[in-house]
Amino acid sequence: MNILTDTAQERAGQKTDTLFGADELVINMGPQHPSTHGVLRVKLKLDGERVVGSECVIGYLHRGVEKIAENRTYQQFAPYVDRMDYVSAVSNGLGYCEAVEKLLVVEAPPRARVIRTILTELQRIASHLLWLGTHALDIGALTPLFYCMREREEVLKIFEKYCGARLTTHSFRIGGLQYEAYDSLEKDVERFCKKFESRIQQYSDLLTGNSIWIGRTRNVGLLNSADCIALGASGPVLRASGVKWDVRKAMPYAAYNQYKFEIPVGTRGDTYDRYMVRLEEMCQSRLICLQAIENIPTGPIMARVGKVLKPPAGEVYHAIEGPKGILGYYIVSDGSSQPYRVRIRPPSLINLQALDKMIRGHLVTDVVAIIGTLDVVLGEVDR
Amino acid sequence: MANESNAPQSPERSQSNVSGSSSAKSATPAVLQLPLDCQLSRRYRERFGAAILNALEDRKQSILIADAAQLLEIARYSRDEEKFDLLEDYTALDWPRREKRFDLVAQLYSFTHNTHLRLKIPLGANEQPTTLVPIWPTANWLEREIFDLFGIAFHGHPNLKRILLPDEWQGHPLRKDYDILQQDTAWVRENLGIESGQ
Repeated sequence: MNILTDTAQERAGQKTDTLFGADELVINMGPQHPSTHGVLRVKLKLDGERVVGSECVIGYLHRGVEKIAENRTYQQFAPYVDRMDYVSAVSNGLGYCEAVEKLLVVEAPPRARVIRTILTELQRIASHLLWLGTHALDIGALTPLFYCMREREEVLKIFEKYCGARLTTHSFRIGGLQYEAYDSLEKDVERFCKKFESRIQQYSDLLTGNSIWIGRTRNVGLLNSADCIALGASGPVLRASGVKWDVRKAMPYAAYNQYKFEIPVGTRGDTYDRYMVRLEEMCQSRLICLQAIENIPTGPIMARVGKVLKPPAGEVYHAIEGPKGILGYYIVSDGSSQPYRVRIRPPSLINLQALDKMIRGHLVTDVVAIIGTLDVVLGEVDR
Repeated sequence: MANESNAPQSPERSQSNVSGSSSAKSATPAVLQLPLDCQLSRRYRERFGAAILNALEDRKQSILIADAAQLLEIARYSRDEEKFDLLEDYTALDWPRREKRFDLVAQLYSFTHNTHLRLKIPLGANEQPTTLVPIWPTANWLEREIFDLFGIAFHGHPNLKRILLPDEWQGHPLRKDYDILQQDTAWVRENLGIESGQ
């Protein structure tokens, strides 16, 4: 493999110990590279085709979301969180609204919590679908993208019918919901979920047993459970390494304690396991939705919160299981109508930190697969 | 370190400052913040004595306020003995009018016990806390972010440089004296070729 370099070095009379020799090449991947899913820039240090080191350069999409929060009221800030992880705006909104509710010591009414759960699980499906489509596309399988977009479209249509927006939905309010569920919400969700089972099977038929897919993902980007925890990686990345842990089970929020679902786990912690975990998570989300629509409680959708929110001074940390991992909000109130500090724990940023460990020793083509499998959204990495 | 001289008198001060500035107006709903007295906080107090400046509970979430001088020991103890194996988040707060200007805030999580613990470390303006990277590697980027946005430099960090803002940027935006419209105009003019980024 190193024939050329070896002879070159032999000619120069050096030892053939080339790993960190003059043959290292630093190349730049991104920020305008389609497979980095946004504006991620990775400096790769290569020995031939093999990665021996890397450095992520981020911040191209930094908008100072946390600073903006300090200069807006609690309600005014709510739409901004949609723009962090812009492919799962509903989850971001849920985390933020629940955190502020904890700070106010109010609880959303049961009806609101069930509707929130349904929409958030649909959002998880949509987010995973976009991930699956683009991840497969990166690796060279073109077909799943069209299938995934087809189903994602149906989810987005439900959002559109519910609140008028498809992507940055701002669908929840602090204290509950602004909009009552539209008449056929249950029917739409049911129709989608019934159909979706066979659709997941379609993706699975395309990829799961496909030898090219297995070749490109098996044993690629290994991350064991100890490394996951040390590096803070959460969500499907953590579960694929075999840790059976999910915030929805560990510290239930919204209405998750009412529903039965499994936490899918992997064994090896490679790219293939992460694919299987996310695929199974979509099945579980579908089951949660089906259970939830069966019995949506009646009653108010908004708790009694004032028009001007002035949470009592103090602080609160609230984490939810976002599609990418632990999405945490740490909010400090000084008793005024604007937060003193809002800190967002972005799962994408912290998962991305594991990239260096995962790509070392792999080929450049695998880097593309590994960035895809981490499922980062740069809007959330940079905030 | 720098707070050697502050250590004796710091308990009362930090205590009154931390709860004072964050709960100055919350005298009425006093139920939200209570002194924390559970086995966990007692174990920490036993082990670290005066380095645990205060323990309180806010909205049923446990908070320990600890001295920066003992940060590394407390972190190691938390991970190894108390099984807080996940550093879930690490950030900072700025209280410009307080004597110790900053708070470092670490959210710890224990998979074994399924509990959270918030560690708050008051810091003077020019104090350099020890890095937590040897304990929790995830602290690497989080400390860089704190350095970037608050200007707190971590002692012993393997690669302490800005992470979100450009390397040459002047100022630390999440400090309270950095106005929302403020920016490094010289940098913007030079690198973007425009007068204002707004």
